[in-house]
Amino acid sequence: MSSMNAKGRPTGTGAETGFAPHETFTGNRGLVQEEPLIFELDSPGASGVDLDEPEDFAPRLGGVARQGRIGLPGLSEPEVMRHYVRLSQKNYAIDSGLYPLGSCTMKHNPRLNEKMARLPGFGDVHPLQPQQTVQGALELIDTLAHWLKELTGMPAVAMSPKAGAHGELCGMMAIDAALRARGEEGTRKRVLVPESAHGTNPATAAQIGFTVDSIPATEDGHVDVKAFKAKLGPDVAAIMLTNPNTCGLFERDIIEIADAVHEAGGYFYCDGANFNAIAGRVRPGDLGIDAMHINLHKTFSTPHGGGGPGAGPVVFSQALAPFAPLPWIVHEKGAYRAIEHEGESTGQPFGRMTAFHGQMGMFVRALAYMLSHGADGIRQASEDAVLSANYILASLKDVMSAPYEGPCMHEALFDDSFLKGTGVETLDFAKAMIDEGYHPMTMYFPLVVHGAMLIEPTESESKDSLDLFIATLRDLAESAKRGETERFSGAPYLAPRRRLDETLAARKPILRWQHGRNEPASKAAE
Amino acid sequence: MRYLPLTTDDRAQMLAAIGAKSVDELFKDVPEAARLDGLIDLPRRQGEMEVERQLAAMAGKNIPAGQVPFFVGAGAYKHHIPATVDHLIQRSEFLTSYTPYQPEITQGTLQYLFEFQTQVSMLTGMEVANASMYDGSTACGEAVLMAHRVTKRKKAVLSGNLHPHYQDVVANLSDFGSYKLVTEPPCPKGTEGLAGEIDEETSCVVVQNPDIFGHVRDLSALAEAAHAKGALMIVVVPEIVSLGLITPPGEMGADIVVGEGQSLGNGLNFGGPYVGLFAAKQKFVRQMPGRLCGETVDAEGKRGFVLTLSTREQHIRREKATSNICTNSGLCCLAFTIHLSLLGEEGYTRLARINHANAVKLADALGAVPGVNVLNEAFFNEFTIETPKPGAEVIDALVEKGVLGGVPLSRLMPGNDEMKNLIAVASTEVNSDQDRAAYARALKEVLA
Repeated sequence: MSSMNAKGRPTGTGAETGFAPHETFTGNRGLVQEEPLIFELDSPGASGVDLDEPEDFAPRLGGVARQGRIGLPGLSEPEVMRHYVRLSQKNYAIDSGLYPLGSCTMKHNPRLNEKMARLPGFGDVHPLQPQQTVQGALELIDTLAHWLKELTGMPAVAMSPKAGAHGELCGMMAIDAALRARGEEGTRKRVLVPESAHGTNPATAAQIGFTVDSIPATEDGHVDVKAFKAKLGPDVAAIMLTNPNTCGLFERDIIEIADAVHEAGGYFYCDGANFNAIAGRVRPGDLGIDAMHINLHKTFSTPHGGGGPGAGPVVFSQALAPFAPLPWIVHEKGAYRAIEHEGESTGQPFGRMTAFHGQMGMFVRALAYMLSHGADGIRQASEDAVLSANYILASLKDVMSAPYEGPCMHEALFDDSFLKGTGVETLDFAKAMIDEGYHPMTMYFPLVVHGAMLIEPTESESKDSLDLFIATLRDLAESAKRGETERFSGAPYLAPRRRLDETLAARKPILRWQHGRNEPASKAAE
Repeated sequence: MRYLPLTTDDRAQMLAAIGAKSVDELFKDVPEAARLDGLIDLPRRQGEMEVERQLAAMAGKNIPAGQVPFFVGAGAYKHHIPATVDHLIQRSEFLTSYTPYQPEITQGTLQYLFEFQTQVSMLTGMEVANASMYDGSTACGEAVLMAHRVTKRKKAVLSGNLHPHYQDVVANLSDFGSYKLVTEPPCPKGTEGLAGEIDEETSCVVVQNPDIFGHVRDLSALAEAAHAKGALMIVVVPEIVSLGLITPPGEMGADIVVGEGQSLGNGLNFGGPYVGLFAAKQKFVRQMPGRLCGETVDAEGKRGFVLTLSTREQHIRREKATSNICTNSGLCCLAFTIHLSLLGEEGYTRLARINHANAVKLADALGAVPGVNVLNEAFFNEFTIETPKPGAEVIDALVEKGVLGGVPLSRLMPGNDEMKNLIAVASTEVNSDQDRAAYARALKEVLA
């Protein structure tokens, strides 16, 4: 029996009725709402924007006026609002929970940065406005460039690359340009890449005609220096190395590696995806690096936005600085000037990576992050990220299996040997984390470890948050060892969707909605 | 520090659990020569107010588009963005989510990507579209590389009226990739004939519509000429609003369509982030760069979405991938998709008509200024004027009169005397009759 409050309303939970529907009429489950595609919500003729039809005029389209309908659906503003709010509710996000994706750096995204990027002086200026009308925008880029150069100890930076992989391309093009200047572009075509590298590294080298030669790792997760040195020769253009590496370890022989590649006449490209582990404590310029991209969306916390936009400025050593691409900013006679063409300033730019000046919106956010943290806060953030990862490693290595001895840097790597014989697959383990309210860690990367699980907590988690995460993983690992396979094999049970059929998606690709062709998701959409 | 939750006490407890005496021990693999003991010579941490003050001071030195009569285009356009767009893209669940690698808990992102792909296919008149590239220029570069893969040929023919920055991006990739490139000289009158340059070695012809001078053309004959030689036609759309009024490239015979999607949902942002659009014929889908979202079902048979055909991509294929792209423009796609959903068929096509009507009115107003000649017969929301004085000087003089009057084409093509007196002028829905009158008046004064 429910109890009553003073106004005679029932206050009980209702649990005693025993009614627990598995299927609802709408397909919704409380706050988890089923939502059709926007095209299935069409009220023909409706619009969420009020625009007045222009007065009669004679078009000047030269006979290429569009005929017929496009097929876009019509919706009012509240309908559009509700549609996208409902979609948002099906997403996991850093703001809602720990997001331990190794190599991806899901740290807190301060909203001050969003506010700053939306100042009309930054968000509402055109890249081709006269330069005297955008002096503050040029100053911002120049200021961010200064911070990046100081933090890395490198003399030059190309700001325009649009994301990490684009930065890699920029760095490798600068290396190729330097080789050309030496007359060696035809002979040095081999790039050495550790087998633990991000996929973008070999893809980048191959995109501009280099051949990729893989360097093995040692048993303790580092570059095999002996094997690396044996591969050096007059045909080697560069080494592409991630540091800290993708196993979460600092390459302790890095200076020796840099010296060796330079001695052999090659260049040292560093993938800076993991710079967030060492910012403020180590300057890549002191390690002998010639070029390194910096993912502003990782280290300097510009939001990942569901897969971009990012930004990937590239710092250069003295040897590569002259070849940096257009455009760049100079400060002279009290004014800022964007150099947009070869010959307007010194240097032998290799070309242009993209239209305009790069990801200005990300620059503003990154600089707001840097100004907020300062030199001291940036160092502290790196230390906290490393401390948190080591705390996880130390707290889990007895129940999960860590292939390498600590200490690690900003991410803790585990393999799946602890699941051997339990009947629980590695992927199932990850999917069971979803039911516990966590986004899984990076799975099956790096490739050098069997069933890799790469956990990056970042500096944004409190100790309580880390402790609950650790306790949850301990519980899952112990549950797997007890043989409770059903907790894993069908997981996730409690997410907006159960396991999705990726094989079907690839075998019969449906990449767009077409009228009458796609089946609605639920009764609500019928 | 307000962003760092760990307390001194927490840190001590965590170090104890690890068995380390200090955090320095965790950095012991760093070679001694490279360890920084002190702080880097940069300012120290600051509160929100101080940061805001400093950045607002920088922002205050710029003239925002919304403050003046504004007519600058050439690849980025000032449009009105409904308030709903910016509210929705700032929702935590969209803003602070990663690439949807775990589809069960990222259906929000995946579904909007699927909607985005559908919208881009519809607008361009193509069969499939990907989940975005960085921007229009890099999408253009990737399209050329894709055409080389599809045709197994190595020569691209570029229109001289392709945006010069886009030309540079293609040239850069061709240069380092050892591909051949034939680039026509720019043709301000818009009568360029490209068909003669296409031969049996040509993988693709790249043409922009509307072009850098604003000319709008029927490209069907060019498509036929390309196809006759076994080459593909790549059409670049720099202003996506134009497709509300112009025949889509797919209907003109395009094989690949790339574009800049900034105009829908995305601010000017001094050049980025923007959103690259990439659409193609279905038969080329396995040669496409970038992410693709596809429909599937879950274990209970419910419709859901996943990233698919990822065997094209770098994280699986490494050096054999179709592109090195990883991060793209997720949140900018969302802004595009929401803005277009708000507009709908009626709103989008009307927006295009307003843009064209405004540009026609502006062309008439500027054309009436003594000495000014409008070069275009057919255009959408941008056209080119020829002035009796150098364009760069005219634009600078207009700034003094409080008008941002366009892009002097000498800025994009320095050293080309033909460009010296030409200005690209854009007019969108944001321009009022007063703005146009102010421009015409100021131009008359500047040229007097």
